[in-house]
Amino acid sequence: MPIELKSEKELNGMRAAGRLNGQVRAILMKAIEPGITGIELDELATHEIEQRGGSVTFRGYAPGGKPPFPGAICYSVNEELVHGIPGDRSLEVGDIVSIDIGVTYDGWVSDAAFTMPVGEVSDVANKLINVTRQALLCGIDNARIGNRLGDISNAIQNRSQGYGIVRGYGGHGIGREMHEQPHIPNYGRKGSGIELMQGMVFALEPMLSIGNPETIELEDEWTVAMFDGSLGAHWEETVAITSEGPEVLTQIIE
Amino acid sequence: MAKRSKKKETPSNPENRKEKEVIEVEGLIKEALPNAMFDVELPNGHHVLAGISGRMRMHYIRILLGDRVLVELSPYDLTRGRITYRFR
Repeated sequence: MPIELKSEKELNGMRAAGRLNGQVRAILMKAIEPGITGIELDELATHEIEQRGGSVTFRGYAPGGKPPFPGAICYSVNEELVHGIPGDRSLEVGDIVSIDIGVTYDGWVSDAAFTMPVGEVSDVANKLINVTRQALLCGIDNARIGNRLGDISNAIQNRSQGYGIVRGYGGHGIGREMHEQPHIPNYGRKGSGIELMQGMVFALEPMLSIGNPETIELEDEWTVAMFDGSLGAHWEETVAITSEGPEVLTQIIE
Repeated sequence: MAKRSKKKETPSNPENRKEKEVIEVEGLIKEALPNAMFDVELPNGHHVLAGISGRMRMHYIRILLGDRVLVELSPYDLTRGRITYRFR
């Protein structure tokens, strides 16, 4: 399947979807506190997205024979890395929580995630979250016309030194569908892969762990957790490649 | 939401190998030592000093801390091994 290039007009559609995503993520970031459960955050996200005229992308998403994803957000605590189903598990001080949100607005999809500490957390956890974020920013910085896909992957990998880089999952093209071509691994060789062109829109998402990068899918067929039970962090933004450089469409808006 | 990567590479079929008198186990790289040697932890908790197989050197397969690898052990000396495959 070819990679779809978005026109300026189409990009405007994606910008709107991205803006909504940024606003809702800012609200969720503020809502995170000890005692709150996944279901509560899920309801909040659904409400905020629908109130702004968007719709939830994740609910009902069922790729390749999986059961449909039941939540509006992915809610992954501590050793859970991504795709956690929001449930009764409530947050405790010292946890780290990753929230992944997909918003569809006027037919365009935005996909972004953050990982946050709940109250005071260990230095190790804080550092993991920061490095993952930094890795994402390094990747974004390489999303420029004339670079290659491998440059993004390589930048993420380089910034992630010392942490387990999850290999089984990665970023993706995004547009009218959540998952479009290409697949973007979080490791790779500089100068390899396709050439980046104006109008490509990617969801970049480094996933790092403190221990072994091996993951395991839990019985619910969605939640991806670290095999060794160590902490995992995940940051994601939807990024467009424009003539003026990388443009983050899902910027968190206070 | 992250996209799942495509299929994993499968290790070459053990039955086609010449050396039959080896024990193959999966291990986890715990420490990188000089001379391309590694400290590998096995599922049973034992630690093995393992080098890289020639074929992996030829193809310049890099091994990092925390990687899961396939280790060949000689039945005669279970404290040393050879890394023959790196899982991705």
